[in-house]
Amino acid sequence: MAKVIEGLYYSESHEYVKIEGEFGYVGISDYAQHALGNVVYVDMPDVDDEVEAGSEFGAVESVKAASDLIAPVTGVVVDKNEALDDQPELLNQDPYQNWIIKVELSDKTELDNLMDAKAYAAFCEK
Amino acid sequence: MAIRQETEEQEKKTCLYKRHVAEGAYMTPFAGFIMPIHYKDIQLEHKAVRNQCGLFDVSHMGEVTVKGRQAEAFVQHIFTNDIAGAPIGKVFYGMMCYENGGTVDDLLVYKMGENDFFLVINAANIDKDWAWIQQQADSFDVELANKSDYYGQIALQGPESEHVMETVLNIPCRELSFYTAKTMGDVIVSRTGYTGEDGFEVYASHAYIQECWDKLISAGVQACGLGCRDTLRFEVGLPLYGDELSEDISPVMAGLTMFVKFDKPEFIGRSALLKQKTDGVARKLVGIELKDKAIPRHGYLVLKDGETIGEVTTGYHGISVDKSICMALIDSRYAALGTEVEIQIRKKTFPGVVVKKRFYEKHYKK
Repeated sequence: MAKVIEGLYYSESHEYVKIEGEFGYVGISDYAQHALGNVVYVDMPDVDDEVEAGSEFGAVESVKAASDLIAPVTGVVVDKNEALDDQPELLNQDPYQNWIIKVELSDKTELDNLMDAKAYAAFCEK
Repeated sequence: MAIRQETEEQEKKTCLYKRHVAEGAYMTPFAGFIMPIHYKDIQLEHKAVRNQCGLFDVSHMGEVTVKGRQAEAFVQHIFTNDIAGAPIGKVFYGMMCYENGGTVDDLLVYKMGENDFFLVINAANIDKDWAWIQQQADSFDVELANKSDYYGQIALQGPESEHVMETVLNIPCRELSFYTAKTMGDVIVSRTGYTGEDGFEVYASHAYIQECWDKLISAGVQACGLGCRDTLRFEVGLPLYGDELSEDISPVMAGLTMFVKFDKPEFIGRSALLKQKTDGVARKLVGIELKDKAIPRHGYLVLKDGETIGEVTTGYHGISVDKSICMALIDSRYAALGTEVEIQIRKKTFPGVVVKKRFYEKHYKK
């Protein structure tokens, strides 16, 4: 059973965003890391790159395939989790602790388009 | 994140399907069959084959028998390798080609008896190959049969395979040399495989294959999916039809000329392939090693000074070779070992260098 954490916002493409003030930490859900299997590479944007809600901003790769990462929110990348360069498997170990990028949000109302924990858990059950 | 959802409808099932599902294997459609991609983890299964041994369900592969007065002449006509005068039990790898040199399929030919041959073809090509083989047989006195639905097949691969075959399945096989086969009733056992390791393949009725599978799993042999079959064959530079060979990719372009015997006076595609060998080909299959960890995948573009010179056919972050590597079909002018190229991976390009396709040494027991 995939773990879903309260207080985060989730997209239908299985990314989450955790809000702290004007910033959002974006990562992939536990359901996503299970579906992917062992992550062997994470392709992240650079700091200062812009990401747009609904658009691809990078990829997570398992042995077999590359899966696009879709940004749940629009904004500017202010930090990326460089630990994932050497230890991509951190996404399997704890996807909620190991966010991928930190974004300065440009429009907080976009969060209304995402699911809360309860809705996302139900979504994963489908 | 785009997670692929696949349906299980309309796919054929092998005789081991229920066992895969019971084991919790990740199943996905492949070549018209619903097949296990991995049980737990591709890397673990891959390493089991390199270091101990692993068991594969390859029942999706097709089997065609060619018998009759002109069976040998017919196989010589459609097959690029040379089977003339071979002893009974010998197995050959080679291709069937079109007149223009394009590849119909790559296959194994088993010599089961004088004028009795057993052809093993790719699952994805069974219908196409069967039609092709029948079309070529008009002027030959041969009896053809498509036995693909009858035979189940397992592959036991890895350095401990011989020991496991003998102790768990009670099939003596130490006397079998590389690329030879023997029969036990209607069971065919050969020292063959597609992983770069020593190993065996068994072709038999569904009931017999199920019995072998259960014995091997009970003995603790690692079940392996097609995921690691692909990473294993790729690391040792073996081609997969659809990636490194196709109607547009001839054996000469794919660097498989050693399996095309121009000493034979005639076979389909001979003159086109000979011309390619003599005059050279516009595109060649090469290996490329990346300096970065980004992973090149099938279809990604290969560039030289910003210009597209070809594309990736198969790529991985190697499991036994801890590097990002790929095979790619590129403009022959850039195919020399050591040539610096770039690969487009999503929005960025990454530097790479042309290397030998054999990224990892084979460990056959010959």
